[in-house]
Amino acid sequence: MTPALPHLAVALDGAGWHPAAWREPDARPAELFTAGYWTDLVREAERGALDLVTIEDSFGVGSTQDARVDRVYGRLDATLVAAAVAPRTSAIGLVPTVVATHTEPFHVSKAVASLDYASVGRAGYRVRISTSPAEFAHVGRREAGEVGELLAEAADHVEVVRRLWDSWEDDAEIRDAATGRFVDRSKLHYIDFTGQWFSVKGPSITPRPPQGQPPVVVLAHAAPVYRLAARAADVVLVTPRDPAHATELLAEVRAEELAVGRPTPLHVFGELVVFLDETTAGATGRLARLDERDGGELRSDAAVFAGTVDDLADLLLDLCAAGLTGIRLRPGALPHDLVAVTRGLVPRLQARGSFRRHYTEGTLRARLGLARPANRYAEVTR
Amino acid sequence: MSRPRKEIHLAAHFPGVNNTTVWSDPAAGSHIEFDSFRHFARTAERARFDFLFLAEGLRLREQGGEIYDLDVMGRPDTFTVLAALSAVTDRLGLAGTINSTFNEPFEVARQFATLDHLSGGRAAWNVVTSWDAFTGENFRRGGFLAEADRYRRAERFLRAAWTLFDSWRGDEILADKASGRFLTAPGPGAFTHRDDHFDIAGHFPVPRSPQGRPVIFQAGDSNEGREFAAATADAIFSRHGTLEAGKAFYADVKGRLARYGRTPESLKVLPAATFVLGDTDEDARERAAVVRRQQVSGQTAIKLLEQVWNRDLSGYDPDGPLPEEDPRVGTDHIARGRASVRMTRDPLAVARQWRELAAEKNLSIRELMIEVGARQTFVGSPRTVADAIDELVQADASDGFILVPHLTPGGLDVFADTVVPLLQERGAFRTEYSGTTLREHLGLPTS
Repeated sequence: MTPALPHLAVALDGAGWHPAAWREPDARPAELFTAGYWTDLVREAERGALDLVTIEDSFGVGSTQDARVDRVYGRLDATLVAAAVAPRTSAIGLVPTVVATHTEPFHVSKAVASLDYASVGRAGYRVRISTSPAEFAHVGRREAGEVGELLAEAADHVEVVRRLWDSWEDDAEIRDAATGRFVDRSKLHYIDFTGQWFSVKGPSITPRPPQGQPPVVVLAHAAPVYRLAARAADVVLVTPRDPAHATELLAEVRAEELAVGRPTPLHVFGELVVFLDETTAGATGRLARLDERDGGELRSDAAVFAGTVDDLADLLLDLCAAGLTGIRLRPGALPHDLVAVTRGLVPRLQARGSFRRHYTEGTLRARLGLARPANRYAEVTR
Repeated sequence: MSRPRKEIHLAAHFPGVNNTTVWSDPAAGSHIEFDSFRHFARTAERARFDFLFLAEGLRLREQGGEIYDLDVMGRPDTFTVLAALSAVTDRLGLAGTINSTFNEPFEVARQFATLDHLSGGRAAWNVVTSWDAFTGENFRRGGFLAEADRYRRAERFLRAAWTLFDSWRGDEILADKASGRFLTAPGPGAFTHRDDHFDIAGHFPVPRSPQGRPVIFQAGDSNEGREFAAATADAIFSRHGTLEAGKAFYADVKGRLARYGRTPESLKVLPAATFVLGDTDEDARERAAVVRRQQVSGQTAIKLLEQVWNRDLSGYDPDGPLPEEDPRVGTDHIARGRASVRMTRDPLAVARQWRELAAEKNLSIRELMIEVGARQTFVGSPRTVADAIDELVQADASDGFILVPHLTPGGLDVFADTVVPLLQERGAFRTEYSGTTLREHLGLPTS
C-alpha cells in the first residue's frame, strides 16, 4: 500500500535556503566548496531514507549588483558535486540542477547518463532555464532571450537528452568474438533532431544508462512551465500556499497534461522552506533571528514553515491528502533543518506508518514507481 | 659529472576506443561501468602514479558510411567520471581531455575549478582542439571552425579560462560567523575577456581552487602544437617514446621554453607507451605477438587498410596480398571521426612503402598491418621494462610515460605489482606521495 507520504525529497543549496543560514552555530561555511561537506549532507539525507536530494545550480553567483559581504557567494557545478557524492552513498537519488539555456544537450545527456552509471541507477536532473542577462554575458554566445522562447528551447533540450539516452539499445554491446563485432550497429540510432535552436545527429557516445531514462524534474510556478513539465518531465515541483492551493495547482498541472496529451500523470511534489525546532516558538524565534541578521524578512517563492516536526508532519500529510504525490523540503539552515527532517520528522512519519522505513527499490525510477521504459527506437526497428 | 637521478613520472591512460584495447580477451571487462574506473584508478594510486588520464571522443566513428563496430566503443562523460573517481582516491591526479571547439570557456572553467575543489587539487586538463564538422553535428556550435583557426581558438579558449581561474585570488572568503562577513570585499570573481573568439564578462562563481589553475596538458605534435605547449602547457603528451625520437622531441620542446621565460622543469614530456610483460623476455615477446594478433583481426586489418586506401576493400582476403589498385586520393574520406586518418597526408607514398615491405617480407594484408601498426613500446620481463623506462628518462628522452594497457580494467595491475617496485627499489620512482596536489606530484611551479 502506498504510504500517506509517498515521496520526500530535500533541496540542498549552499548553507541552506536562508541567506543568513551560514552563521548558525552548526553551519560549516568554510567548507561549502569541499566534497566532504556535500557528502555529509547527502549521507544524512540517506539516513532518513529520503527519495532523493536535489542540488541547486545556476550560471551566476547570486547578488553581485549589491555590495553585500554578509551572504554566501559562489557555487560549484552541481552535476560534479553529485558525481563526487555518488560512490560515497548507496541508495538515495541524486538530482543535480542543469541549466538548459547555456549547455549542450549532448554533454548533458552523457553527464547524467554517467552519473547514473556511477550511482548504479540513482541519477536524475532538474532542468531549468536562465533568464539573467548577467548569465548570458558569462557565456557570451548570444543576447538574453524572452522566457517563452527559453522554455521552448529547454523542451527541445530535454527531448535531445532523452533521445540520446535511447540512442543505444540496451543490448547494443554484443562483444561477439565469432563475428569480430563489439556492437550490433543496428541497435545504435541516429537521433536526427532538428529544431529552431540546434540540431543534434547522435548517437550518444555513452550507452543507455542503467535506468534507461533517468527522471527529469522541473520546478514550476506558472502554466507555461507546467506545460514544459507535462511535455518533458517525470516530476514537477510546485509551490502551494496551503492544501487548498495545492488542489488548485494540481488541477492546473493536470490541465496542461491533458493539453499536451501526456499519457501518464506527472509526480507533483509540493515545495516548502522549513525551519524546525522543539517548539513552535523556538522555530519562529530562530527564523526571526536569521531574518534580523540578514536585515529583512526571508523572501521565498515557496511557502515558509517554521514550527515543530509534528506540525510539519501534519501539514505534509494534508498536502498529500490534497493530491500531491510528494514533498521537496528546502532546509532553512544546514545541517540543522536537514537533521531535524531525518531524525525528527521522518521517525514521526514512520511511527504513523506514513513513510517508508527503509529503502527497498534499487533505482530512483523504481522508487518513484516508474517502470524502466522501453527504448523508443527499439520498436521502430523490430 | 653525475647529475641527480631524475624522478620518473608515471600515468595511467584508461584503455581507449581503438584497436589497441583488446575486448575479445576473457579478462576484458566493462569500459562503461564505474567499477572498472574505480579498479583502474585504485591500481594507479596503489602504484603511486602521478595521474589517471581519460581521452575524449564526441562522435562514434564511421567507416564506409556505417558506424564502426569492430573496436571497443562508447565511453562515459569525462568530467563526471573524474569527479566520481575523486571520491574513491586520495592523491591520484585526475586528467581529462576536453575539447576547446565544442565547449565554452565559462562552463569548462567552472567544471575544472569544481573538480579541483572536489579532489583537493588533483585536476588536469588536456586541451585539444578540433575542426571536425563530423563531430560538430552533435553540437549547437556545429563544425564552424576552419582548420587553420584551431590553435588560435584553443589558445584564446585557454587564456579565457585562465582569466576565470585567476579571477579569485584565494583570500576572498572569510566565512566569519561572529562578524557576519562571508566575504572580505563585495563581488569577487569579476572578469572580462575579449578577443576575436570570445567576448565574456561578469563574475566567476567558483572560488580559487587548491591548484589555482588545473595542470594543463597539450598533445599537438606539429610546430604550432609544440609552440602552443611551450607557451602554455605544464605537460606534453607526446608520441615519441623511443630513444632517438624521444631525445629529439624532448630537446626541441624544452628548448622552446626559454623564450617564454620558463625553466625546463616547468614542462614535463610524457610519451604514451604500451607494454607487455612476461616472466622472461622471451615469454613477453610471445605474449606481445599474441596481443598484436588480437588487436589486428582479419576484419580489422581490412578496415585499417581501407583507412589508407580510402576505398571499400571488403572483398579482399586479409590473409591474401595487398590490392593492386592504388589508394583513392580525395578530400571525402571513407573513415570519419579519426584523427589518424586526417594525418595520413600522402596515401600514395604510404601504399608504395607498404607494397615494398609486403613484397620483401612476403606479408599478407593482416601480417602487414600488424607489422606497420604501432607495436608495444615496452616488451620484456619486469626488470627489462623497468631498465628501459629508467634509461629513457635518464637519457632525456622523456620525463616519464603515460601507460596505455590493452585490457580494461585489470591491464595495469601486473605493471603496478612487478615493474613499479623495481623502479622504487632503485630510487627512480616515489614510494609515497610527498604532496597532495598533482602540481606537487609533477614538480611543477605553483600557479
